[in-house]
Amino acid sequence: MTTSFEKNAPEPAFAGRQPMVKAQDVCKSFGFLEVLKGIDLEVGAGEVMCIVGPSGSGKSTFLRCINHLEKINAGRLWVDGELVGYREKDGKLYELRDSEVALKRRDIGMVFQRFNLFPHMTAAENIMEAPTQVKGIAKPAARERAHQLLARVGLADKASAYPAQLSGGQQQRVAIARALAMDPKLMLFDEPTSALDPELVGEVLDVMRDLARDGMTMIVVTHEMGFAREVGDSLVFMDDGVVVEAGVPREVLGNPQHERTKAFLSKVL
Amino acid sequence: MTTPDTPAADKQPAKREHIKAIPVPHYGRWVAAVVVLVLVGLLINAFATAKIQWSMTGKYLFDDQIMKGAGNTLLISLASMALGLLLGIVAAIMRLSGNPVTSTVSSVYIWFFRGTPVLVQLLIWGNLALVFPTMFGSNTNDVITPFMAAFLGLGINEGAYMAEIVRSGIQSVDEGQTEAAHALGMSKGRTLWRIVLPQAMRVIVPPTGNEFINMLKTSSLASAVVYPEVLQKAKDVYTNNLAVMELLFAACFWYLLLTTVFSIGQYYLERYFSRGASRALPPTPLQRIRANLFPTRRPGVEIR
Repeated sequence: MTTSFEKNAPEPAFAGRQPMVKAQDVCKSFGFLEVLKGIDLEVGAGEVMCIVGPSGSGKSTFLRCINHLEKINAGRLWVDGELVGYREKDGKLYELRDSEVALKRRDIGMVFQRFNLFPHMTAAENIMEAPTQVKGIAKPAARERAHQLLARVGLADKASAYPAQLSGGQQQRVAIARALAMDPKLMLFDEPTSALDPELVGEVLDVMRDLARDGMTMIVVTHEMGFAREVGDSLVFMDDGVVVEAGVPREVLGNPQHERTKAFLSKVL
Repeated sequence: MTTPDTPAADKQPAKREHIKAIPVPHYGRWVAAVVVLVLVGLLINAFATAKIQWSMTGKYLFDDQIMKGAGNTLLISLASMALGLLLGIVAAIMRLSGNPVTSTVSSVYIWFFRGTPVLVQLLIWGNLALVFPTMFGSNTNDVITPFMAAFLGLGINEGAYMAEIVRSGIQSVDEGQTEAAHALGMSKGRTLWRIVLPQAMRVIVPPTGNEFINMLKTSSLASAVVYPEVLQKAKDVYTNNLAVMELLFAACFWYLLLTTVFSIGQYYLERYFSRGASRALPPTPLQRIRANLFPTRRPGVEIR
């Protein structure tokens, strides 16, 4: 998987618009362990950003901070111009209520490494759950939407299958459909293919590629360098809680500037 | 799984000689059987020649009063268990909530009611009139009837145990489930009811069945607050006719009958909830007995 991918997207159209995600000096520690040591980055609307780096570098933690599954300790994080997890008034920060946080999470889809489908519900029920329970959409409408989404991820015939009856790749595609059912403006992917058998990786990446083509803003933590090169608009290399290098994927992957990036890429490419 | 073009499929099934080995002799089983038979014989002989009028036991087995007592045993057990289940779920959620006040209240509740004997708790409920002569504007003894004393005593005590069972069930559900629900914008309460509790049930149901069978027997303590359950009824009868052992055996019959019926129910309930968790369902008791008696007839059922 080296040079067979071609970057065929036109010049990014999102340049100059308000960023979908903006991180400013984001820090996060677990006890004495500093996981994020000041992350600064911006993701434009419609942009696909891939985050790569060795395990333990804080990639997943950063992703989880964006929808407030983790609370940041310092810095600021905005999604679509709104502060994540807090309200700022007269120079003071107020914590948001659980219900306010939940309201903001509706617009941010997340796909997990371990799928986290609800095992006691069928594929269609998994997809219908949030629209019916959170948005109050009527069941028939939600069911119809679920079937459309399943068709979109190539699983039209699996609506009544339970997660345990699906392969890992199929489960992950259902998980993507489940996130899309809330019509998010931003999708977060936390190593979506890392728990998959090698032959199942492609089917999930295909769905993500279609999503990117449709203009979805995506942040993808991944080890799939081929995907990052082909689909990503930007690539961020993280190590030890900091952004070491960022730029156009082909340039970062082809001509890394930092020793740490070079060392990492020499191992994975 | 086999596709038509696999080489094995075109071959005729080979004529194989099936193994007919002489099985390992299990002498220990025969020795054990003889020992048990002798002991059972001695036991039967002892009771047959003892000063027991078995006809009295038989006579009172289906006596109106004893049957009514058995009905009351079932009633108080079901009612107390329902109260215990409700309190258990509430206490478990309170204990797991981030709210330090409710969490502490729940811990203290569990600490007190698990830490004191249920018989003492029953007596306290039964004697409440001694310290609170009136309650809700009426005589305490009219409010705390024997049924209420038994219901509150057994149910509140059970709630403390159920709280721990429900808590372990909730905590057994993968954290990723909660995260996925939260990431979809579901509130904490909705996540608990829609996502976590349905999955926790698999862990909660088997020990709850156990608790209920325990409750059937523990309800005999309600005789301490003169609730007319089957033991109390038996006592009433034997204080008149002095056939103490005869009536205690009659009571035992009803306890055994009730626990047996509910044990069988529990077995099938657990079997239902183990679907999907294990590849092959465990055999039903009937299948197990049949497989033991005729080992060659039902090769499909394996005995563990």
